[in-house]
Amino acid sequence: MAVDFFYPEYEIVRDPNRCIACRVCERQCSNKVHSYDEDTGKMVCDDSKCVNCHRCVALCPTRALKIVPSGDTFKTNSNWTANYMKEIYRQANSGGVLLSSMGNPEAFPVYWDKMLINASQVTNPSIDPLREPMETRTFLGKKPTGIERDMNGRLVPNLEPQLELSLPILFGGMSYGAISYNAHECLARAAEAVGTFYNTGEGGLHKDFYKYGKNTIVQVASGRFGVHKDYLNAGAAIEIKIGQGAKPGIGGHLPGLKIVGDISQTRMIPMGSDAISPAPHHDIYSIEDLHQLVYSLKEATDYKKPVIVKIAAVHNVAAIASGVARSGADIIAIDGFRGGTGAAPTRIRDNVGIPIELALAAVDQRLRDEGIRGNISIICGGSIRNSTDVIKAIALGADAVYIATAALLALGCHLCRSCHTGNCNWGIATQKPELVKRLNTDVGTERLINLLHAWEHEITEIMGGMGINSIEALRGNRLMLRGIGLTDRELAILGIKHAGE
Amino acid sequence: MQKEGQIRIPAGCAISSIFSKSGKRIDGSQIVRSIKIMHDRSNGLGGGFAGYGIYPEYKNAYAFHVFYDSTEAKNQCEDFLDRHFDIINLSKIPIRKNPNITDEPLIWRYFVNPLPTKLADSQLDEQEYVVRSVVHVNDQMEGAYIFSSGKNMGVFKACGYPEDVGDFYRLEEYEGYSWTAHGRYPTNTPGWWGGAHPFALLDKTIVHNGEISSYDANRRYIEMYGYRCNLMTDTEVITYIVDYLVRKQGLSLSEMSNVIAAPFWSTISRKDPEEKERLSYLRNAFASLLITGPFSILLGFEGGLLALNDRLKLRSMVVGEKGDMVYIASEEAAIRVIEPDVERIWSPRGGEPVIVTLDHLRR
Ligand code: SF4
Ligand code: SF4
Ligand code: SF4
Repeated sequence: MAVDFFYPEYEIVRDPNRCIACRVCERQCSNKVHSYDEDTGKMVCDDSKCVNCHRCVALCPTRALKIVPSGDTFKTNSNWTANYMKEIYRQANSGGVLLSSMGNPEAFPVYWDKMLINASQVTNPSIDPLREPMETRTFLGKKPTGIERDMNGRLVPNLEPQLELSLPILFGGMSYGAISYNAHECLARAAEAVGTFYNTGEGGLHKDFYKYGKNTIVQVASGRFGVHKDYLNAGAAIEIKIGQGAKPGIGGHLPGLKIVGDISQTRMIPMGSDAISPAPHHDIYSIEDLHQLVYSLKEATDYKKPVIVKIAAVHNVAAIASGVARSGADIIAIDGFRGGTGAAPTRIRDNVGIPIELALAAVDQRLRDEGIRGNISIICGGSIRNSTDVIKAIALGADAVYIATAALLALGCHLCRSCHTGNCNWGIATQKPELVKRLNTDVGTERLINLLHAWEHEITEIMGGMGINSIEALRGNRLMLRGIGLTDRELAILGIKHAGE
Repeated sequence: MQKEGQIRIPAGCAISSIFSKSGKRIDGSQIVRSIKIMHDRSNGLGGGFAGYGIYPEYKNAYAFHVFYDSTEAKNQCEDFLDRHFDIINLSKIPIRKNPNITDEPLIWRYFVNPLPTKLADSQLDEQEYVVRSVVHVNDQMEGAYIFSSGKNMGVFKACGYPEDVGDFYRLEEYEGYSWTAHGRYPTNTPGWWGGAHPFALLDKTIVHNGEISSYDANRRYIEMYGYRCNLMTDTEVITYIVDYLVRKQGLSLSEMSNVIAAPFWSTISRKDPEEKERLSYLRNAFASLLITGPFSILLGFEGGLLALNDRLKLRSMVVGEKGDMVYIASEEAAIRVIEPDVERIWSPRGGEPVIVTLDHLRR
């Protein structure tokens, strides 16, 4: 119907003077945008199918291509924006729920960008990271409430199981299924090389990757896909996924289309059947139930592995975190509303949950007010975009951060937000062998390692500027932050002063 | 302008100490001479001293030194003390007028012991009972501030250069086996005597030179254990950390030093397995109490003295010895001025505590 027609959002501009009709773009675009017209000997394209992933742009040998906004517009309306209008047309046509992928792109405040970092001048020297040791080693897990000594008065190391990281950054959970085998391999190898951890997400652990176990966090989600005793014991820690920042309160759905070959085996479900994760864990209806699940997992792994509970940042996140801290869990992971996803209902992605900065500040303060901050470590995620986001998160009170979208960007993702189509041209969010193989695992691994090293350099440089030579002295050190352009209420929640104070 | 406690004021400083291992009693004039030579390291906005062994006649009672802004504050505080303690003796602390020391508050001294019935009712150990009482007064009573609360020891401090402060309090009239001193160089005018150093809790006193960069990380962690960092000074938070680790957790002084000035991981990795495990444990278990940034501290306690530098040794500190005497100061000159024939003199390495105790306690 005419009403369903949308003028393409992007226009592919091909410079005819540069194009040599090599047809590379045609082969690279899984969305079948480009084609060769035998009659004219020229390349043509169907802009309407383009998702703006930049694959063809990046591979065109003569730089003949660029993608620009098409500029077509409805009559301007600040209330009924073009997006809202189109969504109505789409739903009127399909009767379905709108789906999107990657994190919330809407213009909500990004508090990271409204916080500034301190540096030493005169009264306190800055430290040169090239000359002095700068320590980023991080331990995640419970702190003991008291020391113990043996008969000879020697300290007994009574720490519960810990995760040791060379720097306070881990790769967040992304399932095999949502992302490709090659992407998983890159994450696992990079985590091993750097001395940190990657996270299986809820799709189980491919048998090839058991060898990276000491750098793996295995996830247990509501669908319990791929969960068995060996799996639990394969990793260094177990994460119970209660919620995800991009879609708090709902489960997940991996279409049967993607349940092919290895994935069906790894998830332990039949080929082609949809993998549906229920919204809640059907054995966790309350905090006591969580306590029981935490301890059953600890039992199954001999109390040798820390248990992480991952929750989405929602309104009463502080109270929930306090409950989690008392459930026996060793680490809590909080995922903010800008966190990525392979697929989520658009309305939920864009409207449910709260920013990670506020959630983190509230949780850290609440746990301190209750005197139980030492019971649990905090990992925060949900859009950590660069090294200063990491520093700000740690100064607000996080022990470490999860990065996921940033890791995918390092692997080539261009945030076209079309992961749910399964046609990822960069070989990441796809299971099509011809696309998956585009992601070279040696190169991808190297790029992830580079990214972490680059951030580590920046973090130590800025720490040195603050006169801090060990990451634990930055943790919760909110005096190192100042807000800019924030209201008193926002400053109070973040627990920081305004710039100039 | 905001005063100390409402705003965090960075400061540079001079510190000095004298210790007699045989327990010989030295009068207060020596420590005043020592700190005086470092006049330029202070700016007249805070000076103070702690002396140990100075009240032998009341050695089993807690000596409270209190600043009052007004007689109302005094009445209110004394009322509280009366209800919770047996007051053995009370008096004004004797002073001598000094033209450079002005705006003095009322300064009183009380020798007290907890009332046995109150103590039993509280179900606290005696020290905790005293600490909570002191915190209560300092926190809740406007205009009253208990700045010294140990047994057989006392803190004397004021706004001014340390030598004037020593003169003001007539320190030459006190004799003790251990003295520490502090001259302060705050970068802002506090104008409040409570902000001067040493900072004290029970028998522990801290003088400190430096500005720690881990302040808020340390503060927010230690406040979980019932401490309130009202003054927002480094010295205050360091005192609470030491109290927590040593008195509440039961760490030894050297273990405590391994927490607050923990060796680098690279250093730890070179130790033998048992030592490696011990140091890693302490560092990890009390990670948020690691102190970074420049500091040199002198921790006085009953029967001993501990000196510690930050792990990079960003602040100067030298130790000298002669016979049974140990001298520790920011500058060598402060030692030589009182003991020109000092025998052994050295700079302790960053993060390595120097601990001296009375000989008869070591046997
Ligand atoms: S979808 Fe990607 S590869 Fe295809 S035309 Fe658009 S930008 Fe190029
Ligand atoms: S890749 Fe570039 S040069 Fe080759 S056909 Fe496409 S636009 Fe033309
Ligand atoms: S992973 Fe692939 S499909 Fe998803 S946003 Fe990135 S480039 Fe697009």
